[in-house]
Amino acid sequence: MIQLENASLVYDPATPVLEGITLAVQRGELVSLLGPSGCGKSSLLRLITGLVEPSSSGKVSVDGQPARRFRQSSGGVSLVFQEPRLLPWRNVRRNIALPLELSRVAAADQQALVEASLELIGLRPEDAIKYPRMLSGGMRMRVALARALVTRPSVLLLDEPFAALDDLLRQQLNGELLRIWGERQPTTVFVTHNISEAIFLSQRVIVMASHPGRIKATVDVPFDYPRSHELRATSEFAALVGEVGDLLRMETT
Amino acid sequence: MKSVREIALVVLPPIAFFLLVILVWQLVAQIGQIPKYVLPSPIAVGRAAWNGRSALCGAITLTGAGALCGFAASLIVGTLIAFSFSFSKLIKAGCYPYAVFLQTVPIVAIAPLIVVWFGYGFQSVALIAFIISLFPIITNATAGLTNVDRDLVDLFELHNASRWQVLFKLRVPAAVPYLVTGARISSGMAVIGAIVGEFFAGYGGMRDGLGYLIMDGTNQLKTDQLFAAVLASTTLGMAVFTLVNIVGATVLSRWYHA
Repeated sequence: MIQLENASLVYDPATPVLEGITLAVQRGELVSLLGPSGCGKSSLLRLITGLVEPSSSGKVSVDGQPARRFRQSSGGVSLVFQEPRLLPWRNVRRNIALPLELSRVAAADQQALVEASLELIGLRPEDAIKYPRMLSGGMRMRVALARALVTRPSVLLLDEPFAALDDLLRQQLNGELLRIWGERQPTTVFVTHNISEAIFLSQRVIVMASHPGRIKATVDVPFDYPRSHELRATSEFAALVGEVGDLLRMETT
Repeated sequence: MKSVREIALVVLPPIAFFLLVILVWQLVAQIGQIPKYVLPSPIAVGRAAWNGRSALCGAITLTGAGALCGFAASLIVGTLIAFSFSFSKLIKAGCYPYAVFLQTVPIVAIAPLIVVWFGYGFQSVALIAFIISLFPIITNATAGLTNVDRDLVDLFELHNASRWQVLFKLRVPAAVPYLVTGARISSGMAVIGAIVGEFFAGYGGMRDGLGYLIMDGTNQLKTDQLFAAVLASTTLGMAVFTLVNIVGATVLSRWYHA
């Protein structure tokens, strides 16, 4: 579904952001990008959205089309940022409806899609009329997720969405994300610098190295879905966390 | 809900300080035998204000009208200019330096020129208030329209938003708080502009604004009248500022958190 071939991103030749990234993500797969801050994980996501083009020879394609064209023709790409980035002058419902408005979806269809998205993310009708400032950090992030899911995207990109939340909330939302992914099966790329989060969520963990950003290793995660929180307490999970941690440490020292 | 005690703690100290200053002033003026034309006592100022109350009220109304006309014009024109700046980098690059220039030219230096062009009277006073209050609107509205969060612009682009959608669904609403801030600054400046404008472009003796009362008080050594006019100017400035703040707060609460 997502294909990067030798993709680089260079703004300043002395310090390329990304170098020679080759990566394929299958349809419906859930992959994590794991790496230290500044390794170009977010830039890699932006390449997949087609908002930025790879430098020189590299190629980024989604569903067989150049990334930008796929986004423009299908509208099937959604992105969740590290901060919820809600519009403060819109209530929850209208924030969630925003992508539909921008893609000029008919008003009648908008309503049904927004309702479905609210329900999927577990927001109550009385929350739908609240404004972002009235919500807790976790709730805001749920709304951001609902906004990303409202268009029923075939490609879902998440850029450290839970990094600012406390650990308990993060684990809870990890569970929610897995449930939603299980229901709708979008092709999902999840960026994080949290090892256990990456392993808990994904089928594959792509470990990245920095300066310049490149792929260092790919680790397959052998656990079956659906995964529950008990998984985190198993010795196999801990062993894998240790293994991936070693890979990361080798990079940073 | 704030308790009476909390409100009292906010309100009482400034009142107490004000009364203290008035008391010291009265004592200094009385005991120090300072001539009335140098420092009239607060009581003398109060008497001058009371005796000249109809002239003062008329002056406040007239000067206030000039300030509000200038302010309203700068709000409209400044926002339109900011729109054009946000729409085209070329226009902004070409014109923004002149907007800064507008800010750096002292208003007292161009006021006589305006009188030459537009004559004495209300139109020149309002124009001077307009010129002096235009710049904060331009800069704040431009900042609001252009300094939109990068992620949000990406979000709009990701969902294939048109240029107009980005403008009206993102940039304009995001600029409202900036515009309110600009309006706060600019409203105070419009009052200053109107008073300064009246120094130069009075109404030819037919009607008197606060600027005229201040000049007249100075020229005739009627310092008590001068003080009364200064107090009236301050009152006008505060009234305009409060009005703009209330409107601004209402707009923001409607816009952001209904």
